[in-house]
Amino acid sequence: MSEESKKPQEVTINIDGKDYKVPAGMNLIDAVKKASGKEIPHYCYHPKLSVVGNCRMCMVEMGTPMIDRATGQPILDDKGTPKIGWMPKPAIACASKATDGLHVRTDSPMVQDCRKGTLEFLLINHPLDCPICDQAGECRLQEFATDYGRGYSRFVEQKNVKPKRTQIGPRVMLDDERCILCSRCIRFCREIIKEDVLGFVNRGSYSTLTAYPGRQLDSNYSLNTVDLCPVGALTDTDFRFKMRVWFLKPVSSICTESSVGVNTEVWSREGKIYRITPRENDAVNDSWMADSGRRLYKQVEADNRLLTCKTGGADVNFGEAVTKAASILGSAKLAIVGSAHSSVEEQFALALLAKAKKASVSVPAHVGEGDSILISSDRSPNTRGALVTGLVNTLPNPTLSDLESAITSGKIDALLVVREDITQAGIEAAKLAGVRIVYIGTHANATSQAAQVVIPIPTVFERNGTFINQNFRIQKFNTCVPAPADMRSELKVISEIAQAIGIEGLDGLTVSQVWKQMTTEVQELTGLSFESIPDHGTQLQAGRFASIRFPEGPSLHYTPGATSIAKA
Amino acid sequence: MAVAEKRIILKYADEPGYTPDITCYMKHGGYQRLKKALGMKPEDIVNEVADSGVRGRGGAGFPMGMKMRFLDRKSGKPIYLVCNADESEPGTFKDRQIIHKDPHQLIEGLMITAYAIQAAQAFIYIRGEMYQGARMLETAIEEARAKGFTGANIGGSNYSCEIVVHRGAGAYICGEETGLLESLEGKRPYPRIKPPFFPAVLGLYQCPTLVNNVETICNVKHIVDMGGKEYAKIGRPNNTGTRIWSVSGHVKRPGYYEFECGALTYGELIYDVCGGIRDGHKLKAVIPGGSSSKILRAGERFKGKNKDGSEFDWGIEDIPLDFDGPMAAGSMSGSGAVIVMDDSTDMVEAMANINAFYAHESCGQCTPCREGSLWLRKITSRMCAGGARAEDADLLKSVADQMAGRTICAFGEAASWPVQSFIAKFKDEFVAKAQQAGNASKAPTGRGFRLIG
Repeated sequence: MSEESKKPQEVTINIDGKDYKVPAGMNLIDAVKKASGKEIPHYCYHPKLSVVGNCRMCMVEMGTPMIDRATGQPILDDKGTPKIGWMPKPAIACASKATDGLHVRTDSPMVQDCRKGTLEFLLINHPLDCPICDQAGECRLQEFATDYGRGYSRFVEQKNVKPKRTQIGPRVMLDDERCILCSRCIRFCREIIKEDVLGFVNRGSYSTLTAYPGRQLDSNYSLNTVDLCPVGALTDTDFRFKMRVWFLKPVSSICTESSVGVNTEVWSREGKIYRITPRENDAVNDSWMADSGRRLYKQVEADNRLLTCKTGGADVNFGEAVTKAASILGSAKLAIVGSAHSSVEEQFALALLAKAKKASVSVPAHVGEGDSILISSDRSPNTRGALVTGLVNTLPNPTLSDLESAITSGKIDALLVVREDITQAGIEAAKLAGVRIVYIGTHANATSQAAQVVIPIPTVFERNGTFINQNFRIQKFNTCVPAPADMRSELKVISEIAQAIGIEGLDGLTVSQVWKQMTTEVQELTGLSFESIPDHGTQLQAGRFASIRFPEGPSLHYTPGATSIAKA
Repeated sequence: MAVAEKRIILKYADEPGYTPDITCYMKHGGYQRLKKALGMKPEDIVNEVADSGVRGRGGAGFPMGMKMRFLDRKSGKPIYLVCNADESEPGTFKDRQIIHKDPHQLIEGLMITAYAIQAAQAFIYIRGEMYQGARMLETAIEEARAKGFTGANIGGSNYSCEIVVHRGAGAYICGEETGLLESLEGKRPYPRIKPPFFPAVLGLYQCPTLVNNVETICNVKHIVDMGGKEYAKIGRPNNTGTRIWSVSGHVKRPGYYEFECGALTYGELIYDVCGGIRDGHKLKAVIPGGSSSKILRAGERFKGKNKDGSEFDWGIEDIPLDFDGPMAAGSMSGSGAVIVMDDSTDMVEAMANINAFYAHESCGQCTPCREGSLWLRKITSRMCAGGARAEDADLLKSVADQMAGRTICAFGEAASWPVQSFIAKFKDEFVAKAQQAGNASKAPTGRGFRLIG
């Protein structure tokens, strides 16, 4: 958030009797967390949103050294240490910044009493329906009530009644009785996506969250409000009632929706994915992601998912498929269609295969409209990877006109297609009859139907690897769920085919092994290894591609043209 | 014998034949002080106001001169002047007398103040229910504009300032200055957090803003008239000028009265000026400064030290009628609304009435006030409906203690001070309610039912 990206000045603050150095002006909640590891409980505060101070959960005691007005010197106590003038009333930490000499008590009797009081107030009109609430297990109200609450209720009156099960948007369900009125969702809509659709009506304890008349929360970023909601008031209609969160295992991944490379967490149980949420990365997506990207896990169990090897439309085992593929790909008139959905490692391996076969490679581009936030106009996650690995030397084009004329003229008679439907890239399905095709991909499409050999491979959720985003930031994705039984990885398939057609040096490819070769052969990846790339990615120096006019417009943390000279 | 009223603000308001139009106002010397002020340097007027020691009449009693000096003039942003006419503290009915009977006095005071702080624009934020007052103000502003007292080039001085009358939509919280500014900006009147949003720096539209009460702004006219030091001679030190007191409740002559600060006591006000308690009844309690101030019980003794070191020992009747008197007695003069209760008053019912008001008026922005005010109301409503329990008195106090000092604005105190003081002073009546309801013998449920562990 901070605009002063130069060397931040450090100040000393005292937290519960111990001095810590923190950046000057840092929000006190963040500063206390960073310095001492102590969490000041809070609901309404969020580092990416404006400060409103309405939940009153983050109350602490604050004080500063007393100064003698006459001399301007600090007043010392008997021990010679400065006397602290404590404010008589508690203050909210979220509206305070770290200043030199600030003293904070985060666990004094007064602070404990404030937390008890606030939690009691938040709970008196709360339905306490945790047993049927999706937020249970990751609910700040539950957590703080257990950590700081009284543990019993003194409330014997009737609770307020508010609307339940309000479909506030196509993907978001609202339960107003659970709402603690922290206004995070309102501020998100107003400040981040600039679509002011939510607000409060009525007043006092009857205040109710709702959408403006005639409007609904239908932004493609609406589900971020569900993530932001500290309680179970806003829930995702897709995830609602599907699975208890404590059964789910989160795995770090990367969204494949566009070249932004949104960092995600993929939540699964027993090999089945239930939801995708954003993972904070302040260089890429802050704490947000698009709704559409959250639904991409559905491709794993899609009806048209390819699960078995096929030759001539009949199921065969992997060995037979590779033998048949080799008989086609042995042709001297071979062309290869690679993909910007393949990982850096897969693209590099395919480039090696193409080089050995002296086959031409084309990669179709997927271009859509960017939303200037977290979906760019390049709708594939790894176009930069195809350039960096040398799979292609020019910016991919949406139509494969060169390939089409090569097919028409008979210059090629065999085609290896990876993850792409070339009928969507300007090549008529009828034309495919003129060539023999080996298709390696995840889902059935017109190309797989025309192919003589089909070999299924894993989706992004079932393998690991790296993508390079629009900023030339290389980011890792991990295996979230196992691939279907008997399915080989794309690297393995390339490796086996290479062996079958007599190309050496490509056997037994794994991600780590490919990296050993890439780090010496690919200029941008020198000195890196798969293991050394941190969870939030590594910025590559990509001056080599400065002259390429990429299709993306400006979006969050991305300015076209500015990043090719970016330093690591 | 009753002390005579000293009417400065309401000097002409109730004179037979005095009308709210500009002709009548000018016949009585109207707009002469504005002309005088325009001949002065703006900072000199600010100095006069500071010298006068005039304190805000809206409730908090903050010195106006200091507020004017706090205005951020370095930012280069326009400075705004807002007159707070959202008079809605229960028991208060003084500002509407000025607006209805002498609107030009307010406009003159407003233009002098605007000139003094070099405001780019002035606003009068008037309570929504006072639609008639809003109309009268608009008429008055038009009259003043026609005569060149507002608008462009006021009185040929090259200083220009427009006044906009903005009606509220019926919410007590709009009287809280930052809530008022939010409302004026067209938003829900959620009070702002301070720091950082002090009106003198980040006020209306994030520009430096001076917000003052109607009566306070009217005083500026008289400060310019007599000079700050001369004005300061009225009243007592730190309690200068006159104040208009709104007296309601069980007195024979309720109404509004303007007195020199400290010229009389609450006892003289109640017994001499207002004719005393209704026949056959005795004084039971006094709320000295609007419903949010702490109640004072008859027979209670207030002891302490004056600023000069001398000791005092007062009953209600002995408390000086000014700013510091009620403060010394542990309450406040607030907006000057004196609510008198005689021995016919059921204190639990009175508490329920006050709680109902604050539960209805809480804006709902921050947790303690939002949830606490309604909880208090629910408890006292139940008590009045025959469901009182022995532990309710302690519970009420505990809930109020969890609100005071922990909210965004002073509403937290406004809603909890009455409860804290009612329980401190009339706890026996709350306990008796439980006995009447037959609930006293039941073992207190005490800790209630356990949720966790």
